[in-house]
Amino acid sequence: MSDQNNQQDLLVVDQIHTFIGQFHILESVSLSVAKGSITVMLGRNGAGKTTTLKSILGLTPPREGKIIFDGMEIQGKRAFNIANLGIGYVPEHRAIFRALSVLENLKLAERKKGDFDRNADFIFNLFPDLKRLYKLPGNHLSGGQQQMLAVARALVPDNKLLLIDEPSEGLAPILIQQMMEAIRVLSEKTTILLVEQNFIMASQLALNYTIIDDGKSVQSGLMADLVNDPELIHHYLGASIKTRKELEMNHESQD
Amino acid sequence: MAEKMIKPRSGLKGFIKKEAIFLIFIAIMIAFPFVLNIITGTGLNAGITKFWQGQLITFFIMAVFAMSYDLLIGYGGILSFGHAASFGGGAYAVALLLKHWAPNILSNYRITIGNLDITEATVLLVVFLVVILVSVLIGLLFSATSIRLKGAYFAMLTLALGSAIHILSKATDFHKWTGADEGLHGVPLPVWLNPTQNRLTVYFIALGFLLLCYLVMNRMVNSPTGRVIVANRENEERMRMIGYNPVIYRTIAFLSASIFAGLAGALYAIWNMSATPTMTSTVTTINALIMTILGGMGTLVGPIIGAGIMQIIGQFFYTWFGARWPLVFGVLFVLIVMFLPYGIIGTWRLRKSSIKNNIQKFFRLFSKEK
Repeated sequence: MSDQNNQQDLLVVDQIHTFIGQFHILESVSLSVAKGSITVMLGRNGAGKTTTLKSILGLTPPREGKIIFDGMEIQGKRAFNIANLGIGYVPEHRAIFRALSVLENLKLAERKKGDFDRNADFIFNLFPDLKRLYKLPGNHLSGGQQQMLAVARALVPDNKLLLIDEPSEGLAPILIQQMMEAIRVLSEKTTILLVEQNFIMASQLALNYTIIDDGKSVQSGLMADLVNDPELIHHYLGASIKTRKELEMNHESQD
Repeated sequence: MAEKMIKPRSGLKGFIKKEAIFLIFIAIMIAFPFVLNIITGTGLNAGITKFWQGQLITFFIMAVFAMSYDLLIGYGGILSFGHAASFGGGAYAVALLLKHWAPNILSNYRITIGNLDITEATVLLVVFLVVILVSVLIGLLFSATSIRLKGAYFAMLTLALGSAIHILSKATDFHKWTGADEGLHGVPLPVWLNPTQNRLTVYFIALGFLLLCYLVMNRMVNSPTGRVIVANRENEERMRMIGYNPVIYRTIAFLSASIFAGLAGALYAIWNMSATPTMTSTVTTINALIMTILGGMGTLVGPIIGAGIMQIIGQFFYTWFGARWPLVFGVLFVLIVMFLPYGIIGTWRLRKSSIKNNIQKFFRLFSKEK
């Protein structure tokens, strides 16, 4: 790999193999995330998207392959050490701490003293709801609010890279819009690797895409090219995901 | 805005308001021996006044032990059946040192500052430092084994470790030192600390110990570290995700709980002037567990109430039912757990508003009849 590429790519995953128990979940996944942009990871349910994110973070460490973050090999390091290098992870299913209040959840994510104070205004501008509810315990929040808190928590420290897993899952349409807007604003500040089933959301946000199928990375490129290739979309992502054109037409007919 | 939100209500006023019930409890406990003396007129160091001071001393010490267990199980989510090892460890450390080491020092050496003789104070200080050291070692032993094991397997392992320490305290090999099965009795104490001669002093030491331990633990569980321990209880993988090493915080929970338990055990040995194998047995752990569950896990105040119920009501039950009292107490325990599933304080905090509503409704019923 040339030096030029290294400078552009914040994260490079190079042919990783990950096992969970005796199951070979990832069989050679490679991807790269360009600095300062959003890259979306697409694929069917069970294709290995979440496992890829967890492998990057070291929660399910890969057995083979290389992961280079910010010019440093991080495979084999322990998860909390990897996170402390500046990777924020927003897991699926609203992984907040339900016994703690909103404020405590956010303060917990501080890596240095004062992280929260510094970024509080930015976070509360992005998610005004959280400002109103800061005293409430996590288990009193609605699903959407919990999801916002999970994203907000990753913004407390100054992360270089955010791994966001299905932020729109189970959210009401109006909240999906809000979440999309938030992620767009975020991408101006940091680099994002996004897993998203909602293809419209993904296509509107991301600059690059990478498709994972059955534990292998099969295709990657510019989002703009993928949008105009319905056949490819259909082949790897299944009939459930419609192209933007179809969806737009649908949308218009509903109006 | 952010600045304003983060700062909790601080200062003396906020503290008094928040801890009002606890402070009232302490005030009542301070007045208790004197009031009882006025009522009964037996004198502070005799008769029923002395007897109830003794009951309350046990209550105060067991309350600290139960709180330390709450730190572990309620806040840390760590179910250990070997917590009595720390308690008994502290008790044996005090008893062994005061019986076999201190008399030697006291008869051969004198430590003075100017004209002030501080030999006794120094010996006591050293004894308590050793207690803390022993507690830390026992805490490390337990936490080191908890790194790989989870859930029921971990609970079984703590049971085994606790039993091992219990057997060690009963071992006949050390009969000369520990008294094996009978325990270590007749621990020599300075006159001012002797519970038979100066019970009121021991009473206030135990009360002060409870107050201090409560304040320290309360500060601890509300500190950022305390919040991390609570978060750790909920989900260790999520902690790793955001850059925490769960092992470190489990260890902190174990060590702090162990130190408080060890200090409680040390005071218990002084109060009983003995250390017995019962103090290291699983029964002692289970007692702390019952106290914690009665009062409410993860509340700190709960275990104090639980210890109070167990000690004071237990005493009444004993006079009414004799040696069968645990049977009756067991029925009471089952009823409390059935109707107050989160313990007394836990259920109160959870259903505060609805309970208050029901009480108001109840009183309105009467006012209408008028």
